[in-house]
Amino acid sequence: MIFTKIKRVTKAGFVNFWRNGWVSLAAILVVVITLFAIGSLIFSKAVMESALNHIENKVDITVYFKNNAEEKDVLAMKDIVAELSEVKSVEYVSADKALADFKERHKDNATLLQSIEELDKNPLGAALNIKAKEISQYGSVAKFLDGKSDSSGDSIIDKVNYFQNKKIIDRLSNILDSAKKLGLIVSLVLALVSILVTFNTIRLAIYSSRDEIEVMRLVGASNRFASGPFIVEGAMYGFFSALIAMIIFYPIIVWVDPKIASVFSGVSLFRYYIDNFGQIFAILLGVGVFICSVSSLIAVRRYLKI
Amino acid sequence: MIFFDKVSKIYSKTSIALEGVSLSIGPKEFVSLVGHSGAGKSTLLKLLLAEEAPSKGSVYFESVNVHSLPRRKLSLLRRKIGVVFQEFRLLSNKTVYENVAFAMEAAGRLSKEIEENVPFVLDLVGLTDKGSRFPDELSGGERQKVAIARAIINRPDLVVADEPTGNLDPVSTREVVSIFEKINKLGTTIILATHNKEVVDSLGRRVVTMEKGKIIRDDKSGRYQT
Repeated sequence: MIFTKIKRVTKAGFVNFWRNGWVSLAAILVVVITLFAIGSLIFSKAVMESALNHIENKVDITVYFKNNAEEKDVLAMKDIVAELSEVKSVEYVSADKALADFKERHKDNATLLQSIEELDKNPLGAALNIKAKEISQYGSVAKFLDGKSDSSGDSIIDKVNYFQNKKIIDRLSNILDSAKKLGLIVSLVLALVSILVTFNTIRLAIYSSRDEIEVMRLVGASNRFASGPFIVEGAMYGFFSALIAMIIFYPIIVWVDPKIASVFSGVSLFRYYIDNFGQIFAILLGVGVFICSVSSLIAVRRYLKI
Repeated sequence: MIFFDKVSKIYSKTSIALEGVSLSIGPKEFVSLVGHSGAGKSTLLKLLLAEEAPSKGSVYFESVNVHSLPRRKLSLLRRKIGVVFQEFRLLSNKTVYENVAFAMEAAGRLSKEIEENVPFVLDLVGLTDKGSRFPDELSGGERQKVAIARAIINRPDLVVADEPTGNLDPVSTREVVSIFEKINKLGTTIILATHNKEVVDSLGRRVVTMEKGKIIRDDKSGRYQT
Protein backbone atom coordinates (compact mmCIF):
# COMPACT_ATOMS: atom_id res chain seq x y z
CA MET A 1 0.00 0.00 0.00
CA ILE A 2 2.71 2.41 1.01
CA PHE A 3 4.57 1.48 -2.19
CA THR A 4 1.48 2.22 -4.30
CA LYS A 5 1.11 5.61 -2.61
CA ILE A 6 4.76 6.52 -3.19
CA LYS A 7 4.40 5.47 -6.81
CA ARG A 8 1.26 7.58 -7.28
CA VAL A 9 2.76 10.64 -5.57
CA THR A 10 5.97 10.39 -7.62
CA LYS A 11 4.08 9.94 -10.86
CA ALA A 12 1.81 12.90 -10.06
CA GLY A 13 4.91 15.00 -9.33
CA PHE A 14 6.47 14.11 -12.70
CA VAL A 15 3.22 14.72 -14.59
CA ASN A 16 2.66 18.09 -12.89
CA PHE A 17 6.25 19.06 -13.67
CA TRP A 18 5.73 18.55 -17.43
CA ARG A 19 2.19 19.93 -17.58
CA ASN A 20 3.11 23.10 -15.65
CA GLY A 21 5.90 23.60 -18.18
CA TRP A 22 6.19 27.39 -17.95
CA VAL A 23 6.02 27.53 -14.18
CA SER A 24 8.64 24.78 -13.98
CA LEU A 25 10.86 26.59 -16.46
CA ALA A 26 10.61 29.87 -14.55
CA ALA A 27 11.39 28.17 -11.24
CA ILE A 28 14.33 26.29 -12.77
CA LEU A 29 15.79 29.50 -14.20
CA VAL A 30 15.86 31.10 -10.76
CA VAL A 31 17.27 27.99 -9.12
CA VAL A 32 19.94 27.78 -11.85
CA ILE A 33 21.02 31.30 -10.89
CA THR A 34 21.21 30.27 -7.24
CA LEU A 35 23.24 27.17 -8.00
CA PHE A 36 25.40 29.14 -10.42
CA ALA A 37 26.20 31.57 -7.62
CA ILE A 38 27.05 28.72 -5.26
CA GLY A 39 29.14 27.01 -7.95
CA SER A 40 30.97 30.25 -8.66
CA LEU A 41 31.82 30.48 -4.99
CA ILE A 42 33.34 27.01 -5.13
CA PHE A 43 35.35 27.87 -8.24
CA SER A 44 36.55 31.25 -7.03
CA LYS A 45 37.57 29.70 -3.74
CA ALA A 46 39.64 27.16 -5.68
CA VAL A 47 41.25 29.85 -7.84
CA MET A 48 41.92 32.02 -4.83
CA GLU A 49 43.48 29.19 -2.87
CA SER A 50 45.80 28.09 -5.62
CA ALA A 51 46.67 31.70 -6.39
CA LEU A 52 47.50 32.30 -2.73
CA ASN A 53 49.59 29.15 -2.67
CA HIS A 54 51.33 30.34 -5.74
CA ILE A 55 52.18 33.69 -4.13
CA GLU A 56 53.14 32.08 -0.85
CA ASN A 57 55.54 29.79 -2.67
CA LYS A 58 57.33 32.78 -4.10
CA VAL A 59 58.08 34.14 -0.64
CA ASP A 60 61.18 32.81 1.08
CA ILE A 61 64.03 34.07 3.14
CA THR A 62 67.65 33.65 2.28
CA VAL A 63 70.50 33.32 4.73
CA TYR A 64 73.81 34.45 3.28
CA PHE A 65 76.95 33.05 4.83
CA LYS A 66 80.33 34.71 4.99
CA ASN A 67 82.59 33.51 2.22
CA ASN A 68 85.06 32.04 4.68
CA ALA A 69 82.40 29.76 6.20
CA GLU A 70 83.19 26.04 6.02
CA GLU A 71 80.79 23.98 3.94
CA LYS A 72 80.27 21.47 6.76
CA ASP A 73 79.23 24.28 9.15
CA VAL A 74 76.73 25.56 6.61
CA LEU A 75 75.33 22.05 6.12
CA ALA A 76 75.09 21.59 9.88
CA MET A 77 73.15 24.84 10.04
CA LYS A 78 70.88 23.57 7.25
CA ASP A 79 70.05 20.47 9.28
CA ILE A 80 69.24 22.56 12.37
CA VAL A 81 66.92 24.84 10.38
CA ALA A 82 65.21 21.89 8.67
CA GLU A 83 64.33 20.54 12.12
CA LEU A 84 62.26 23.66 12.99
CA SER A 85 58.55 22.94 13.00
CA GLU A 86 57.70 26.09 11.02
CA VAL A 87 60.00 25.25 8.13
CA LYS A 88 58.67 23.53 5.01
CA SER A 89 61.87 23.23 3.03
CA VAL A 90 65.49 24.36 3.01
CA GLU A 91 67.59 24.57 -0.11
CA TYR A 92 71.36 24.74 0.05
CA VAL A 93 73.13 26.92 -2.51
CA SER A 94 76.90 26.40 -2.47
CA ALA A 95 79.32 29.24 -3.10
CA ASP A 96 80.18 27.82 -6.55
CA LYS A 97 76.50 27.53 -7.47
CA ALA A 98 75.91 31.07 -6.27
CA LEU A 99 78.71 32.29 -8.51
CA ALA A 100 77.38 30.34 -11.49
CA ASP A 101 73.89 31.77 -10.89
CA PHE A 102 75.35 35.24 -10.64
CA LYS A 103 77.19 34.87 -13.92
CA GLU A 104 74.11 33.49 -15.62
CA ARG A 105 72.01 36.40 -14.36
CA HIS A 106 74.51 39.00 -15.59
CA LYS A 107 75.69 37.29 -18.75
CA ASP A 108 74.98 40.46 -20.78
CA ASN A 109 77.08 42.65 -18.53
CA ALA A 110 80.63 42.14 -19.84
CA THR A 111 82.33 44.62 -17.48
CA LEU A 112 80.87 42.94 -14.41
CA LEU A 113 81.82 39.47 -15.60
CA GLN A 114 85.31 40.63 -16.43
CA SER A 115 85.87 42.12 -13.00
CA ILE A 116 84.69 38.89 -11.39
CA GLU A 117 87.11 36.90 -13.56
CA GLU A 118 89.94 39.11 -12.36
CA LEU A 119 89.38 38.12 -8.75
CA ASP A 120 91.32 35.02 -7.90
CA LYS A 121 88.81 33.95 -5.24
CA ASN A 122 85.01 33.46 -5.31
CA PRO A 123 83.65 36.63 -3.70
CA LEU A 124 80.25 35.05 -2.91
CA GLY A 125 79.36 32.96 0.11
CA ALA A 126 77.02 29.96 0.38
CA ALA A 127 73.35 30.53 1.11
CA LEU A 128 70.25 28.74 2.41
CA ASN A 129 66.83 29.38 0.83
CA ILE A 130 64.20 28.74 3.49
CA LYS A 131 60.47 28.33 2.90
CA ALA A 132 58.10 28.39 5.89
CA LYS A 133 54.77 26.57 6.01
CA GLU A 134 52.86 29.81 6.64
CA ILE A 135 53.77 33.34 5.69
CA SER A 136 53.21 34.49 9.26
CA GLN A 137 55.94 32.12 10.48
CA TYR A 138 58.79 33.82 8.64
CA GLY A 139 59.25 36.22 11.53
CA SER A 140 60.05 33.53 14.07
CA VAL A 141 62.35 31.68 11.66
CA ALA A 142 64.23 34.89 11.00
CA LYS A 143 64.48 35.62 14.71
CA PHE A 144 65.93 32.16 15.32
CA LEU A 145 68.58 32.74 12.66
CA ASP A 146 69.30 36.21 13.93
CA GLY A 147 70.04 34.76 17.37
CA LYS A 148 72.49 32.32 15.78
CA SER A 149 74.41 35.10 14.10
CA ASP A 150 74.72 37.15 17.27
CA SER A 151 75.72 34.38 19.63
CA SER A 152 79.46 34.72 19.01
CA GLY A 153 81.67 37.28 17.41
CA ASP A 154 82.81 34.91 14.69
CA SER A 155 79.39 33.86 13.39
CA ILE A 156 79.37 32.33 9.93
CA ILE A 157 76.12 34.13 8.98
CA ASP A 158 76.63 37.27 6.96
CA LYS A 159 73.02 38.49 6.75
CA VAL A 160 69.40 37.34 6.67
CA ASN A 161 67.33 39.04 3.99
CA TYR A 162 64.06 38.77 5.96
CA PHE A 163 64.73 42.11 7.58
CA GLN A 164 64.93 43.78 4.18
CA ASN A 165 61.73 42.05 3.02
CA LYS A 166 59.89 42.26 6.33
CA LYS A 167 57.52 45.06 5.29
CA ILE A 168 56.47 43.33 2.10
CA ILE A 169 56.01 39.97 3.80
CA ASP A 170 53.95 41.48 6.60
CA ARG A 171 51.72 43.36 4.19
CA LEU A 172 51.19 40.30 2.03
CA SER A 173 50.36 38.28 5.10
CA ASN A 174 47.70 40.83 6.10
CA ILE A 175 46.20 40.94 2.62
CA LEU A 176 45.90 37.17 2.48
CA ASP A 177 44.23 37.09 5.89
CA SER A 178 41.63 39.72 4.98
CA ALA A 179 41.04 38.15 1.55
CA LYS A 180 40.18 34.87 3.22
CA LYS A 181 37.82 36.49 5.74
CA LEU A 182 36.14 38.69 3.13
CA GLY A 183 35.70 35.69 0.83
CA LEU A 184 33.93 33.77 3.58
CA ILE A 185 31.56 36.63 4.43
CA VAL A 186 30.71 37.33 0.79
CA SER A 187 30.04 33.62 0.20
CA LEU A 188 27.70 33.38 3.17
CA VAL A 189 25.73 36.51 2.25
CA LEU A 190 25.44 35.47 -1.39
CA ALA A 191 24.33 31.95 -0.47
CA LEU A 192 21.73 33.30 1.95
CA VAL A 193 20.31 35.75 -0.59
CA SER A 194 20.00 33.13 -3.29
CA ILE A 195 18.34 30.66 -0.92
CA LEU A 196 15.74 33.29 -0.01
CA VAL A 197 15.10 34.08 -3.67
CA THR A 198 14.64 30.38 -4.45
CA PHE A 199 12.30 29.94 -1.53
CA ASN A 200 10.11 32.82 -2.67
CA THR A 201 10.04 31.63 -6.27
CA ILE A 202 8.83 28.21 -5.24
CA ARG A 203 6.31 29.77 -2.90
CA LEU A 204 4.89 31.74 -5.82
CA ALA A 205 4.78 28.63 -8.00
CA ILE A 206 2.80 26.81 -5.31
CA TYR A 207 0.65 29.85 -4.56
CA SER A 208 -0.86 29.40 -8.02
CA SER A 209 -1.93 25.90 -6.98
CA ARG A 210 -3.37 26.81 -3.59
CA ASP A 211 -6.96 26.29 -4.71
CA GLU A 212 -6.12 22.84 -6.03
CA ILE A 213 -4.52 21.86 -2.75
CA GLU A 214 -7.74 22.82 -0.98
CA VAL A 215 -9.77 20.79 -3.45
CA MET A 216 -7.52 17.77 -2.93
CA ARG A 217 -8.11 18.01 0.80
CA LEU A 218 -11.88 18.37 0.31
CA VAL A 219 -12.13 15.26 -1.85
CA GLY A 220 -10.40 13.28 0.87
CA ALA A 221 -6.67 13.38 0.18
CA SER A 222 -4.46 13.12 3.25
CA ASN A 223 -1.95 15.90 3.85
CA ARG A 224 0.90 13.74 2.65
CA PHE A 225 -0.92 12.64 -0.46
CA ALA A 226 -1.80 16.22 -1.37
CA SER A 227 1.64 17.70 -0.67
CA GLY A 228 3.80 14.81 -1.94
CA PRO A 229 3.67 15.69 -5.64
CA PHE A 230 4.75 19.27 -4.91
CA ILE A 231 7.81 18.02 -3.05
CA VAL A 232 8.66 15.67 -5.92
CA GLU A 233 8.23 18.61 -8.31
CA GLY A 234 10.56 20.71 -6.12
CA ALA A 235 13.17 17.97 -6.14
CA MET A 236 12.95 17.91 -9.94
CA TYR A 237 13.54 21.66 -10.10
CA GLY A 238 16.68 21.07 -8.05
CA PHE A 239 17.86 18.21 -10.25
CA PHE A 240 17.44 19.99 -13.57
CA SER A 241 18.88 23.23 -12.21
CA ALA A 242 22.03 21.48 -11.01
CA LEU A 243 22.41 19.82 -14.41
CA ILE A 244 21.91 23.09 -16.32
CA ALA A 245 24.24 25.03 -14.00
CA MET A 246 27.03 22.46 -14.54
CA ILE A 247 26.56 22.68 -18.32
CA ILE A 248 26.62 26.50 -18.28
CA PHE A 249 29.89 26.44 -16.34
CA TYR A 250 31.67 24.57 -19.15
CA PRO A 251 31.90 27.34 -21.81
CA ILE A 252 32.44 30.01 -19.16
CA ILE A 253 35.38 28.14 -17.67
CA VAL A 254 36.85 27.42 -21.09
CA TRP A 255 36.67 31.16 -21.79
CA VAL A 256 38.01 32.37 -18.46
CA ASP A 257 40.71 29.72 -17.95
CA PRO A 258 43.47 31.32 -20.09
CA LYS A 259 42.79 34.71 -18.49
CA ILE A 260 43.34 33.29 -15.01
CA ALA A 261 46.37 31.33 -16.16
CA SER A 262 47.94 34.51 -17.56
CA VAL A 263 47.66 36.21 -14.16
CA PHE A 264 48.62 33.26 -11.96
CA SER A 265 50.78 30.95 -14.00
CA GLY A 266 50.27 27.34 -13.07
CA VAL A 267 46.67 27.75 -11.96
CA SER A 268 44.21 25.85 -14.21
CA LEU A 269 40.52 26.32 -13.46
CA PHE A 270 39.60 24.00 -16.32
CA ARG A 271 41.65 21.18 -14.79
CA TYR A 272 39.91 21.80 -11.50
CA TYR A 273 36.47 21.68 -13.19
CA ILE A 274 37.24 18.38 -14.94
CA ASP A 275 38.97 16.76 -11.95
CA ASN A 276 36.21 17.70 -9.49
CA PHE A 277 33.22 17.47 -11.86
CA GLY A 278 31.50 14.66 -9.95
CA GLN A 279 32.03 16.25 -6.58
CA ILE A 280 30.85 19.74 -7.62
CA PHE A 281 27.82 18.28 -9.39
CA ALA A 282 26.98 16.30 -6.26
CA ILE A 283 27.21 19.46 -4.13
CA LEU A 284 24.99 21.50 -6.48
CA LEU A 285 22.54 18.60 -6.81
CA GLY A 286 22.35 18.14 -3.05
CA VAL A 287 21.95 21.85 -2.37
CA GLY A 288 19.41 22.28 -5.20
CA VAL A 289 17.23 19.32 -4.31
CA PHE A 290 17.37 20.14 -0.61
CA ILE A 291 16.50 23.85 -0.96
CA CYS A 292 13.73 23.22 -3.49
CA SER A 293 12.01 20.35 -1.75
CA VAL A 294 12.20 22.00 1.68
CA SER A 295 10.85 25.25 0.17
CA SER A 296 8.00 23.28 -1.42
CA LEU A 297 7.22 21.59 1.86
CA ILE A 298 7.12 24.88 3.77
CA ALA A 299 5.07 26.60 1.05
CA VAL A 300 2.54 23.81 0.66
CA ARG A 301 1.93 23.45 4.40
CA ARG A 302 0.20 26.83 4.44
CA TYR A 303 -2.58 25.54 2.23
CA LEU A 304 -3.10 22.24 3.99
CA LYS A 305 -4.77 23.83 6.99
CA ILE A 306 -8.21 22.82 5.84
CA MET B 1 -27.29 10.40 9.82
CA ILE B 2 -26.58 14.14 9.84
CA PHE B 3 -27.43 16.33 12.76
CA PHE B 4 -26.79 20.03 13.25
CA ASP B 5 -27.22 20.77 16.96
CA LYS B 6 -27.98 24.48 17.66
CA VAL B 7 -25.18 25.59 15.37
CA SER B 8 -24.12 29.24 15.10
CA LYS B 9 -21.41 30.74 12.95
CA ILE B 10 -20.53 34.30 13.85
CA TYR B 11 -17.79 36.03 11.87
CA SER B 12 -18.27 39.35 13.69
CA LYS B 13 -21.06 41.23 15.48
CA THR B 14 -22.40 42.58 12.21
CA SER B 15 -21.80 39.40 10.21
CA ILE B 16 -23.73 36.43 11.54
CA ALA B 17 -23.91 33.59 9.03
CA LEU B 18 -25.86 31.05 11.10
CA GLU B 19 -27.85 31.45 14.30
CA GLY B 20 -29.01 28.48 16.38
CA VAL B 21 -29.65 26.16 13.45
CA SER B 22 -30.85 22.63 14.25
CA LEU B 23 -31.43 20.21 11.40
CA SER B 24 -31.61 16.46 11.11
CA ILE B 25 -31.27 14.51 7.85
CA GLY B 26 -31.80 10.77 7.58
CA PRO B 27 -30.24 8.18 5.23
CA LYS B 28 -31.32 8.14 1.56
CA GLU B 29 -33.07 11.50 1.83
CA PHE B 30 -32.91 14.07 -0.96
CA VAL B 31 -32.94 17.47 0.71
CA SER B 32 -33.04 20.79 -1.13
CA LEU B 33 -31.63 23.67 0.84
CA VAL B 34 -33.10 26.88 -0.52
CA GLY B 35 -32.89 30.58 0.21
CA HIS B 36 -31.42 33.80 -1.11
CA SER B 37 -27.70 34.37 -1.43
CA GLY B 38 -26.30 35.00 2.01
CA ALA B 39 -29.02 33.02 3.77
CA GLY B 40 -26.38 30.66 5.19
CA LYS B 41 -26.70 27.62 2.90
CA SER B 42 -23.02 27.47 1.92
CA THR B 43 -21.88 28.07 5.48
CA LEU B 44 -23.99 25.15 6.67
CA LEU B 45 -22.35 22.86 4.10
CA LYS B 46 -18.86 24.16 4.92
CA LEU B 47 -19.42 23.28 8.56
CA LEU B 48 -20.47 19.76 7.59
CA LEU B 49 -17.22 19.28 5.61
CA ALA B 50 -15.20 20.83 8.44
CA GLU B 51 -13.96 23.46 6.03
CA GLU B 52 -14.88 25.90 8.79
CA ALA B 53 -15.58 25.46 12.49
CA PRO B 54 -18.84 26.55 14.19
CA SER B 55 -18.80 29.34 16.77
CA LYS B 56 -21.39 27.48 18.85
CA GLY B 57 -23.06 24.07 18.68
CA SER B 58 -21.90 20.84 17.06
CA VAL B 59 -22.24 19.00 13.77
CA TYR B 60 -22.60 15.21 13.68
CA PHE B 61 -22.07 12.92 10.72
CA GLU B 62 -22.89 9.26 11.36
CA SER B 63 -22.82 9.98 15.12
CA VAL B 64 -19.32 11.51 14.97
CA ASN B 65 -18.78 15.12 16.00
CA VAL B 66 -17.09 16.38 12.85
CA HIS B 67 -15.18 19.15 14.59
CA SER B 68 -13.67 16.93 17.26
CA LEU B 69 -11.69 15.00 14.63
CA PRO B 70 -7.97 15.65 14.33
CA ARG B 71 -6.92 16.97 10.93
CA ARG B 72 -5.38 13.76 9.70
CA LYS B 73 -8.66 11.91 10.33
CA LEU B 74 -10.65 14.52 8.44
CA SER B 75 -9.55 13.00 5.14
CA LEU B 76 -11.20 9.72 6.20
CA LEU B 77 -14.48 11.54 6.91
CA ARG B 78 -14.32 13.43 3.61
CA ARG B 79 -13.97 10.21 1.63
CA LYS B 80 -17.48 9.33 2.83
CA ILE B 81 -18.86 12.62 1.54
CA GLY B 82 -18.84 13.56 -2.12
CA VAL B 83 -18.72 17.31 -2.81
CA VAL B 84 -19.86 19.28 -5.85
CA PHE B 85 -19.20 23.04 -6.04
CA GLN B 86 -20.81 25.78 -8.07
CA GLU B 87 -17.48 26.70 -9.64
CA PHE B 88 -16.63 23.01 -10.33
CA ARG B 89 -13.16 23.17 -8.74
CA LEU B 90 -11.56 20.52 -10.90
CA LEU B 91 -7.80 20.01 -10.88
CA SER B 92 -6.86 21.98 -14.00
CA ASN B 93 -3.68 20.12 -14.90
CA LYS B 94 -5.30 16.70 -14.72
CA THR B 95 -7.45 15.12 -17.42
CA VAL B 96 -11.10 14.18 -16.84
CA TYR B 97 -10.07 10.60 -16.16
CA GLU B 98 -7.32 11.66 -13.74
CA ASN B 99 -9.61 14.05 -11.88
CA VAL B 100 -12.04 11.24 -11.15
CA ALA B 101 -9.28 8.73 -10.45
CA PHE B 102 -7.63 11.19 -8.04
CA ALA B 103 -10.39 10.78 -5.44
CA MET B 104 -9.87 7.01 -5.56
CA GLU B 105 -6.07 7.28 -5.43
CA ALA B 106 -6.34 9.61 -2.45
CA ALA B 107 -8.54 7.03 -0.73
CA GLY B 108 -5.82 4.44 -1.33
CA ARG B 109 -7.86 2.21 -3.61
CA LEU B 110 -6.23 -0.47 -5.74
CA SER B 111 -5.16 0.43 -9.29
CA LYS B 112 -7.31 -2.42 -10.61
CA GLU B 113 -10.44 -1.01 -8.92
CA ILE B 114 -9.65 2.43 -10.30
CA GLU B 115 -9.32 1.09 -13.84
CA GLU B 116 -12.72 -0.59 -13.53
CA ASN B 117 -14.70 2.07 -11.69
CA VAL B 118 -13.63 5.28 -13.42
CA PRO B 119 -14.96 4.30 -16.89
CA PHE B 120 -18.12 3.03 -15.25
CA VAL B 121 -18.83 6.34 -13.49
CA LEU B 122 -17.82 8.40 -16.55
CA ASP B 123 -20.39 6.39 -18.45
CA LEU B 124 -22.99 7.07 -15.77
CA VAL B 125 -22.57 10.85 -16.20
CA GLY B 126 -22.32 10.53 -19.98
CA LEU B 127 -18.65 11.47 -20.51
CA THR B 128 -17.25 8.18 -21.77
CA ASP B 129 -15.47 9.71 -24.75
CA LYS B 130 -14.09 12.78 -22.91
CA GLY B 131 -11.75 10.97 -20.49
CA SER B 132 -8.54 12.36 -21.98
CA ARG B 133 -9.72 15.99 -22.17
CA PHE B 134 -8.56 18.67 -19.77
CA PRO B 135 -11.17 20.72 -17.83
CA ASP B 136 -10.38 23.82 -19.93
CA GLU B 137 -11.58 21.97 -23.03
CA LEU B 138 -15.04 21.20 -21.63
CA SER B 139 -18.29 23.14 -21.41
CA GLY B 140 -19.68 24.18 -18.02
CA GLY B 141 -22.21 21.36 -17.99
CA GLU B 142 -19.53 18.79 -18.83
CA ARG B 143 -17.24 20.11 -16.12
CA GLN B 144 -20.00 19.81 -13.56
CA LYS B 145 -20.60 16.22 -14.65
CA VAL B 146 -16.90 15.50 -14.07
CA ALA B 147 -17.22 17.01 -10.62
CA ILE B 148 -20.21 14.78 -9.91
CA ALA B 149 -18.34 11.73 -11.17
CA ARG B 150 -15.49 12.63 -8.79
CA ALA B 151 -17.97 13.10 -5.95
CA ILE B 152 -19.58 9.68 -6.35
CA ILE B 153 -16.59 7.56 -7.39
CA ASN B 154 -15.85 6.42 -3.83
CA ARG B 155 -19.54 5.44 -3.32
CA PRO B 156 -20.04 7.98 -0.56
CA ASP B 157 -22.96 7.79 1.86
CA LEU B 158 -23.66 11.45 1.23
CA VAL B 159 -23.28 13.85 -1.69
CA VAL B 160 -23.24 17.57 -0.90
CA ALA B 161 -23.82 19.96 -3.79
CA ASP B 162 -23.48 23.72 -3.34
CA GLU B 163 -25.31 25.57 -6.15
CA PRO B 164 -24.21 22.93 -8.70
CA THR B 165 -26.43 24.41 -11.42
CA GLY B 166 -25.60 28.05 -10.70
CA ASN B 167 -23.31 28.37 -13.73
CA LEU B 168 -25.23 26.10 -16.10
CA ASP B 169 -27.74 26.57 -18.92
CA PRO B 170 -31.24 25.02 -18.53
CA VAL B 171 -30.43 21.89 -20.53
CA SER B 172 -27.29 21.11 -18.54
CA THR B 173 -29.18 21.91 -15.35
CA ARG B 174 -31.80 19.28 -16.11
CA GLU B 175 -29.09 16.71 -16.95
CA VAL B 176 -27.20 17.39 -13.75
CA VAL B 177 -30.33 17.19 -11.61
CA SER B 178 -31.37 13.91 -13.19
CA ILE B 179 -27.92 12.48 -12.36
CA PHE B 180 -28.48 13.44 -8.72
CA GLU B 181 -31.87 11.72 -8.77
CA LYS B 182 -30.28 8.61 -10.23
CA ILE B 183 -27.60 8.55 -7.52
CA ASN B 184 -30.25 9.07 -4.84
CA LYS B 185 -32.25 6.10 -6.17
CA LEU B 186 -29.09 4.00 -5.76
CA GLY B 187 -29.20 4.85 -2.03
CA THR B 188 -27.03 7.92 -1.57
CA THR B 189 -28.21 10.83 0.60
CA ILE B 190 -28.18 14.13 -1.29
CA ILE B 191 -28.06 17.67 0.08
CA LEU B 192 -28.60 20.19 -2.69
CA ALA B 193 -28.17 23.87 -1.94
CA THR B 194 -29.79 25.97 -4.65
CA HIS B 195 -31.92 28.98 -5.40
CA ASN B 196 -33.24 27.60 -8.66
CA LYS B 197 -37.04 27.41 -8.32
CA GLU B 198 -37.62 25.08 -11.28
CA VAL B 199 -35.11 22.55 -9.99
CA VAL B 200 -36.71 22.41 -6.55
CA ASP B 201 -40.23 22.24 -7.88
CA SER B 202 -39.42 19.49 -10.36
CA LEU B 203 -37.91 17.33 -7.62
CA GLY B 204 -40.91 17.39 -5.26
CA ARG B 205 -38.78 16.24 -2.30
CA ARG B 206 -37.98 17.67 1.15
CA VAL B 207 -37.27 21.40 1.08
CA VAL B 208 -35.51 23.31 3.87
CA THR B 209 -35.82 27.08 3.51
CA MET B 210 -33.28 29.40 5.12
CA GLU B 211 -33.28 33.12 5.67
CA LYS B 212 -30.78 35.36 7.45
CA GLY B 213 -28.98 32.44 9.05
CA LYS B 214 -32.06 30.65 10.34
CA ILE B 215 -34.29 27.84 9.12
CA ILE B 216 -37.73 29.34 8.51
CA ARG B 217 -39.50 26.37 6.88
CA ASP B 218 -39.01 22.62 6.53
CA ASP B 219 -41.50 20.85 4.21
CA LYS B 220 -41.58 17.08 3.68
CA SER B 221 -42.55 17.35 0.05
CA GLY B 222 -42.33 20.97 -0.77
CA ARG B 223 -41.99 23.61 -3.39
CA TYR B 224 -39.81 26.67 -3.55
CA GLN B 225 -41.46 29.43 -1.51
CA THR B 226 -40.03 32.75 -0.42
